[in-house]
Amino acid sequence: MCFVSQLRRRKGWRNMAERYEIRLAGLGGQGLLLAGLLLAEAAAIHEGKHAVQTQSYAPYARGGASASEVIISDKEIDYPRAQRPDIVVVLSQEAYDKYFRDLRNDGMLIVDSSTVEHIDTSKAYFYETYMVPLTEMARQATGREMTASMVALGVIAGLTDIVSQESLMAAITTRAPKGTADINKRAVQAGIDAANKLREGVVEE
Amino acid sequence: MSGERFLQGNEACAEGALAAGARFFAGYPITPSSEIGEILSRRLPRVGGKFIQMEDEMSSLAAVIGASLGGLKALTATSGPGFSLMQENLGFAAAAEIPCVIVEVQRAGPSTGQPTSPSQGDVMQARWGTHGDHPIIVLAPSSVREFFNLTVRAFNLSEKYRTPVIVLADEVIAHMREKIALPAPGEIEVFDRMKPTVPPEWYFPFDDTTEVPPLASFGQGYRFNVTGVYHDKAGFPTMRPDEIEPWFERIFAKIEHHLDDIVEVEREMMEDAEIALVAYGASARSARSAMHAAREKDLKVGLVKLKTLWPFAEAAIDRVARKVGRIIVPEMNRGQVRLEVERVVAGRARVLGVNRYDGEIISPAQILSAIEE
Repeated sequence: MCFVSQLRRRKGWRNMAERYEIRLAGLGGQGLLLAGLLLAEAAAIHEGKHAVQTQSYAPYARGGASASEVIISDKEIDYPRAQRPDIVVVLSQEAYDKYFRDLRNDGMLIVDSSTVEHIDTSKAYFYETYMVPLTEMARQATGREMTASMVALGVIAGLTDIVSQESLMAAITTRAPKGTADINKRAVQAGIDAANKLREGVVEE
Repeated sequence: MSGERFLQGNEACAEGALAAGARFFAGYPITPSSEIGEILSRRLPRVGGKFIQMEDEMSSLAAVIGASLGGLKALTATSGPGFSLMQENLGFAAAAEIPCVIVEVQRAGPSTGQPTSPSQGDVMQARWGTHGDHPIIVLAPSSVREFFNLTVRAFNLSEKYRTPVIVLADEVIAHMREKIALPAPGEIEVFDRMKPTVPPEWYFPFDDTTEVPPLASFGQGYRFNVTGVYHDKAGFPTMRPDEIEPWFERIFAKIEHHLDDIVEVEREMMEDAEIALVAYGASARSARSAMHAAREKDLKVGLVKLKTLWPFAEAAIDRVARKVGRIIVPEMNRGQVRLEVERVVAGRARVLGVNRYDGEIISPAQILSAIEE
């Protein structure tokens, strides 16, 4: 059983903006880096925009709060980190606690409802907030929890015009580690499907 | 490997090393520089090169020095703690005039510090970390593209001037990814060291009658001594002041007489500037953002980006000092380059540091508030 829901949708997502800042936050080992890389690659190589991807992470390979940030812009990008992110995806409670507070007031918060238990609903109402069981969906779509970040990319591509679904799939084809393209595409597709349901106003599957 | 790609700074550095003709890497992995060795461990053998993971950083630079004496363009890559261990051999390479490239990706220090956090705390270490007066060249990239370019340039300068060259990057530039179109082979200038043309019995590897004596490769029939002890023109130890002084003068002159070739800065919006930002590495990116934000508020701010940190860009800073009333030096340390700027400005303009040393990148907002003060 998968629930996707929207706590609040503000009047309009800022489509066609000149610059977008996206932060994918979670734990080391959740595939955040690859997801950020593929999102940026889709924009930079397949859509000809400027893009910069950075990461902040704990010094261990797995566990520890970490984040992958992507800036996509029509102009040259100097400062490479997000200052007021447009989108924050949180894949763990620690990431939620640490990484969403500087989200723009009209930004989008995507919460992995299968891993984040406590969210501040008073805060959530300031943003366009989606509760999506990213990890559970990843498990169902690919059998691998670490593709949750890829499901999140699908949700982003389905809900916004930051990158096209075609560019994202093309980036996966050319850049995903050998032998993982199909799995990653399945995860992204699961995210796109969830986004379509959210757009149609279906909140329960 | 050409065409547009989306690469990490460390990947671009490895590509730059290969493009410059590097065929030897010895190193000991350390965050945030490890990807450079990892990539070269795969790529070097495919082009006939050698990769060795050594037991520590001391032996790493020693192996690089040996490989260079054998005629290969050689590099190592490390971060602050490993760079500390390399200081002895760095001095040896400077004294024995052995071309080599050391890529140092700075992380938060001192000591173990914070391996995955950025810093620019090793500027002075890169200049004076090894003991004794010695010449050194240090370059600082501020983008993925520049990390490629400056790695190529580091090899060219080291070959041209027979000197170790340090590429002083930081965690931000090393780990960030950007779009870069790698030049095709043949599109970039590559300089190879001068080899002796005289017969072996006439060869002096430390001949003081020329600025940069040609360097024979070991195993090519030229037998000579290499030592860190003060040496004569043949490379054997000497205590004669009349041999030591000319040697000392020459190893400095070969750098100081070619500052136009070595020292590289980029000026932006300096024509009408009343406030100048002097920045390098990741801080230069934040400074550029701050400059644009200030210009939108009609504040006349320009940027002087240092791509060569050592020798210090005295002529460029002198020019700035004559022009503006205020100079702001943003750095992710407690003001190492600011000291140099103050030395050159010598009171002709106000010099202010904007500093951050908490493991995070200096922000445009922090620099902008110093501009607006």
